[in-house]
Amino acid sequence: MSLSRLFRTPEAAAGLVILGLLVAMAVAAPWLFPRDPLAIAGQPLLPPFQDWALPLGTDRLGRDVVAGLFHGARTSLAVGLAAAAASILVGSIVGTVAGFAGGLVDEVLMRITDAFQTVPGFLLSLALVSVVGPSLSVVVAAIALSAWTGPTRIARAEVLSIRERDYVASARVIGMHPVEIAFREVLPNALPPVLALSSVIVAAAILTEAALSFLGLGDPNRVTWGGMIAEGRAVLRSAPYLSVIPGIALVLSVLGVYLAGEGVVEGTAAREGQA
Amino acid sequence: MSALLQVEGLSKRYWRGDRDFSALDGISFSIAPGETLALVGPSGSGKSTVARILLRLVEPDAGSIRFNGEELLGLRGAALRATRTKLQMVFQDPLAAFNPRATVARLIDDPLRIHGIVGRADRPKAIAALLERVGLAAELASRRVHEISGGQRQRVAIARALATRPALIVLDEALSALDVLVRGDILNLLAELQRDEGVAYLFISHDLGAVRAVAHRIAIMDSGRIVEEGDAAAVIAAPASATGRALVAATPELPVFPRLPVFKETVS
Repeated sequence: MSLSRLFRTPEAAAGLVILGLLVAMAVAAPWLFPRDPLAIAGQPLLPPFQDWALPLGTDRLGRDVVAGLFHGARTSLAVGLAAAAASILVGSIVGTVAGFAGGLVDEVLMRITDAFQTVPGFLLSLALVSVVGPSLSVVVAAIALSAWTGPTRIARAEVLSIRERDYVASARVIGMHPVEIAFREVLPNALPPVLALSSVIVAAAILTEAALSFLGLGDPNRVTWGGMIAEGRAVLRSAPYLSVIPGIALVLSVLGVYLAGEGVVEGTAAREGQA
Repeated sequence: MSALLQVEGLSKRYWRGDRDFSALDGISFSIAPGETLALVGPSGSGKSTVARILLRLVEPDAGSIRFNGEELLGLRGAALRATRTKLQMVFQDPLAAFNPRATVARLIDDPLRIHGIVGRADRPKAIAALLERVGLAAELASRRVHEISGGQRQRVAIARALATRPALIVLDEALSALDVLVRGDILNLLAELQRDEGVAYLFISHDLGAVRAVAHRIAIMDSGRIVEEGDAAAVIAAPASATGRALVAATPELPVFPRLPVFKETVS
């Protein structure tokens, strides 16, 4: 896929630039801000643009806001990507098994999916984190717990159409084992529409992680944007920048991931249309 | 000579909306080893249903299929997969019948690997030999399915079917997606393979020109029944059934393909 096609629409270009920036921030964080971002860096509640050593100022405890922003990008991106990968992995496997096996297996798996879908996703994540305890991997699992149902449904629908194709019949005729047919012939061909969901899931996961952190259920050993917003809430009148800055970062990231994802999907569709 | 395939009273009904209709209504036929039986008939007469039932892709409502003296309809799981080596199929549209992501090598490798016919180290050589057997260059192995021509694809499908050394290959309208010149080449290939390997064919077609070139016997189907059966040349020369006469009358360019005397002499 050529880059020019990805940058075809201004929305996609903007999304990719923001996403690129986010990734750069996440990757550069330990080099640009090698100190613990949770450590005190200066006087508390320093407003932005006063001290060039602390360009965006400090919070109530005197922690560097820029360092928090960079390290927070790391957390957001890691959680978003890991949760999306986990949901797509689980979703495509469950969806493939349900669609390919059919009958009772399909019925049971889809009713379980229904059950997860009827419970509000955030509530489910909240429940898991409050029971198991906040750590990065638990947060990822909690988000995936509510996000796997979408990929499952799409994978199943796709598999239902693919399993009637002649190449599946042909695989049965040569004596291929049903498990191999499901995961080698059917699943790879059912994946593209499922992957198209990934940007939406990453964006939603970043938001869910921020919301969990805002409620104090994020990993306490990591800086998160949600945690920073919550931290700033206490001084919202006197120092609104403490909530506004990570808030803007959050909005831009979610928007960037979503737009970039749309751009990639459209670029891929255009390529297939031309082929 | 005992029959390789003995089909008795095969029936299949389908529900369409609130009415059911009979796709197959108690059909019986047999195929001897190394023989070609042509199954011809108008669209919707149940030819492809026969193929799909023989390959256990669709379950019949009633009837029996004895293959190599063994009841095919009773087999399941591993026993069925093992029996499949002896009973293969070539589909009408090779592009639809191949995984769009597969390379030619993988398609031919699948049966060799699954049934442990050739060890891993020797497989590239076996794939090349099979490609050569169906008249393709070994270099084609690395190509993807959509990168080769329709005729080449059907040759790959035949190579994939041949990989397990089957006793019977069902050819379900295997030539109808090909242009006339390629069709003649593939017919010659099929005849040559039958002569060399003694493989039997169930040749499903509505093209009487092609049927005349390769078939020993012919069975004419209409509305789920076999309405006429007999020696291919005799039936085409003087069809007794109304369906047979209509099919012959609808094939003006007969004979399209030269008869293949060398191979026809091999079966008595």
